[in-house]
Amino acid sequence: MQLCDLTAHEIVERLRRGETSAEAVLDSVLARIAQVEGRAPRTAPYPPSAEEQAEDRRHVHAYISLQAERARERARSIDQARARDEALGPLAGVPLAVKDIFCVEGTPSTAASRMLEHFVAPYSATSVTRLEAAGAVVLGKVNLDEFTYGSSNESSAFQPPVGNPWDPSRVPGGSSGGSAAAVAAGEAVLSIGTDTAGSIRQPAAFCGVVGLKPTYGRVSRYGLIAFASSIDCVGPLTRDVTDSALMLGAMAGADPQDGTAASVPVPDYQAELEAGVRGMRIGLSPDYFRIQYPDAKTGELREQEIDPQVKAAVLDAAQRLAGAGAEIVENVPMPNTRYGIPAYFVVARVEAASNLHRYDGVKYGHRTARPMADLRAMYRASRGEAFGVQPKLRILMGMYVSAAQYEKHYYQRALRVRTLIRGDFEAAFDPAGLHRLDALLAATTPTTAFELGALYGDSVLMQYADLLTVPADHAGVPALSIPAGLDRGGMPIGIQFMARDFDEARLFRLGRAYEMSTAAEAWRSARPKVLGGG
Amino acid sequence: MNEEITAELFAHLVELAALELQESEAAYLRGQLNKQLEIIHELEAIDLPEDTPITSHGVPYSPAISPPPREDAARPYPGPERILAQAPQSEDGYYRVPDIPHTDLA
Repeated sequence: MQLCDLTAHEIVERLRRGETSAEAVLDSVLARIAQVEGRAPRTAPYPPSAEEQAEDRRHVHAYISLQAERARERARSIDQARARDEALGPLAGVPLAVKDIFCVEGTPSTAASRMLEHFVAPYSATSVTRLEAAGAVVLGKVNLDEFTYGSSNESSAFQPPVGNPWDPSRVPGGSSGGSAAAVAAGEAVLSIGTDTAGSIRQPAAFCGVVGLKPTYGRVSRYGLIAFASSIDCVGPLTRDVTDSALMLGAMAGADPQDGTAASVPVPDYQAELEAGVRGMRIGLSPDYFRIQYPDAKTGELREQEIDPQVKAAVLDAAQRLAGAGAEIVENVPMPNTRYGIPAYFVVARVEAASNLHRYDGVKYGHRTARPMADLRAMYRASRGEAFGVQPKLRILMGMYVSAAQYEKHYYQRALRVRTLIRGDFEAAFDPAGLHRLDALLAATTPTTAFELGALYGDSVLMQYADLLTVPADHAGVPALSIPAGLDRGGMPIGIQFMARDFDEARLFRLGRAYEMSTAAEAWRSARPKVLGGG
Repeated sequence: MNEEITAELFAHLVELAALELQESEAAYLRGQLNKQLEIIHELEAIDLPEDTPITSHGVPYSPAISPPPREDAARPYPGPERILAQAPQSEDGYYRVPDIPHTDLA
């Protein structure tokens, strides 16, 4: 076990006791990056050759850009503060990878798109500023699907694609795939990501790390390059639940720069982390086990069971929590779960199209080098050259379903279906209702990580990778994905808890209780393949 | 394959979206749009009462959790030249663009 494999709370403890330094921790992470990262992703055509691609599929390729010198200055200043006996922040000296969808002042902030390949952010996102104020050391920016549009990281303009540390020929998930992979491989201790349909939880599940989608409005979105503004949530990817709680505590809360950052007090998430689950009512829903999604071969929608190994992990977790004193409530109806993806196809596209109109080649971002007769031709050429196919697909669908003559049929209907999805959660959590749940327990993903190239290109199958995560995004409720074992192929399985608005503290208690009940399991000590495991 | 997005409609959307597409890209994108619409049509199976309200974001923003509007206050950015330097083309503190097309009103 090296310093880079420790959790944030262990690192801070050692730092406080004077057993290590922030610079030693940084050196350990940089050495790990040199060991597993492989060549740096670029926007050049990919793959260069079959041999190089085969070589790439043994590495992680999590980072788009590293800011090692900036990180070293920060680490040194933390060590100097400690030498002067100054109080250390809750994340002092902890290396942090930032999904390259956040602005960090003075660093390239690309959104994994050619459109912003040379953009240098003039200010920092509130969430990143707060993590730095808590002592976190920003290492660099990690890869993602272009503008977050995908569930596998393969749509990034920066290739080679991120490989899953547990098997680099498989996807890390997406869109926060670089974040999840970096944390899983010890290339960072913490990462900050975003979740719009499952973009924190799905990669967390695929890479065997903890991912939290907080309540919509819990964390400021200021400085986040926008996708779907009514759904985007900023949250942590970490090695354990304690770190997730630490990181949310450092980021959450109102922000004068974001009118949707709710003015709800931020509790001390650490205080009740190990308060247990006795008396909690935890629901299981058949609508998260058996669900309508496209057949992998024919593409036809049909009722299918999720992967039995993933289902078994959910049921095992329920048993363990029951053993710890929770009450398991079965057969909770969540009948609108199946409409999550169809509604998302409409709502998210309309918002994406709207948010992408700002990229016009005038104020920043890519402009065509070809001479253009007029402004409109320049817009078309610049956007055509710099957007990949996934942004283009979202813009076009967004234009269609929000057009005046179709809007009532598509967009208005999808927003009403969103009300029904929210209604499922309100009924399940209603303290005076039939089920009176404190949390809902489900699989995070219907399968474990799939192979690179298996789904990419089929935008429908790719979107359905999010079918179990997207309902919480529509509803705005918080959801925590935690590792729950490995499948027969040695790939991580993720399970998730969903709770009432702003009840993240309960999610952490549940996650921590599950961690304690599985501490002795063999899979807890398994290592990703890139670190010699598997 | 259902052709809800015909070639003509697709060309119109591309124009609205201010995009210029390669031919192979256009064929792929139109095919995917039609595939996605088949999934979107699942929403029509739902018996949706007329008075169902829309949800524009999941969490209800009650006055208790909504931050009050802040005062309008000008805060000059400390390095406007850094922002201007991001522009593909600028001159004397202005952004430069190709000619803006005019339509003469009859």
